[in-house]
Amino acid sequence: MGNGTSIGRVRGLGPAHEGAHHWLLQRFTAVGNLLLVLWFVVSLLLLPDLGYGAVRSWLSQPVPAIAMVLLIISTFWHARLGLQVLAEDYVHTPGNKFAVLLLLNLAAIGGGAFGVFCIVRLALGAA
Amino acid sequence: MAERPLSPHLQIWKWGPHMLVSILHRITGDGLALAGLGILLWWLGALVSGPEAYASFSGWVWADLGTLSWGGAAIIVSLIKIVLKLVIIGLSWSFFTHMCSGLRHFVLDIGAGYELDLNRVWSIASPIIAILLTAGFWALLIYR
Repeated sequence: MGNGTSIGRVRGLGPAHEGAHHWLLQRFTAVGNLLLVLWFVVSLLLLPDLGYGAVRSWLSQPVPAIAMVLLIISTFWHARLGLQVLAEDYVHTPGNKFAVLLLLNLAAIGGGAFGVFCIVRLALGAA
Repeated sequence: MAERPLSPHLQIWKWGPHMLVSILHRITGDGLALAGLGILLWWLGALVSGPEAYASFSGWVWADLGTLSWGGAAIIVSLIKIVLKLVIIGLSWSFFTHMCSGLRHFVLDIGAGYELDLNRVWSIASPIIAILLTAGFWALLIYR
């Protein structure tokens, strides 16, 4: 991106006015999701049943608990990035776009924190 | 909107499989983000809250269809339970569809797969593979 000519100043800038960092993080978290959600799907299939006892004793173990925490972080981060693109594509008014992105950040970070807290509480036996 | 000539939009293009797989990627991704993560948190919250909460969660999202009541106001509850069951099945399909089109994106990201014929083949193949994976998942889950 140059700053000499008018085309040079805007080349490479999408509707968000930046992008390479977002694009890379979307890919990093996508690889994380691929590994972690496939682990989750296979784990569900390997459980004897999906009742309370079986699921709880499985998710209370250290390795499943850690993988589930990572899954929450990776999926919520990826979802935040993806929904940001959705908002940038369809919400054009600057004020509304700001508000949507603000709510998105609150929801993604708050939701992720709740998920991690649930798993920690489960694994450390406080509940 | 900007008062300048805009590039041609949806109505001017003939639909092709690459357009379908692109919009499916967005729809399934946003569905997973909005509905999928919500239900994931509901599941974790119910799991940590105890057996009664977990039974309540299971009763809502995966109700035994034989026990649904169809009298009076209970019809609304029964309809919600059927919708939630469809949402769960839809989320499993969404995951495999988003995974397959996402893997296709990885190949496109490294600059491969843009030849017209090859691009068309994988645009058609990825949603079909996703449906097969979804069917395989449910078959394994039900008949294990």
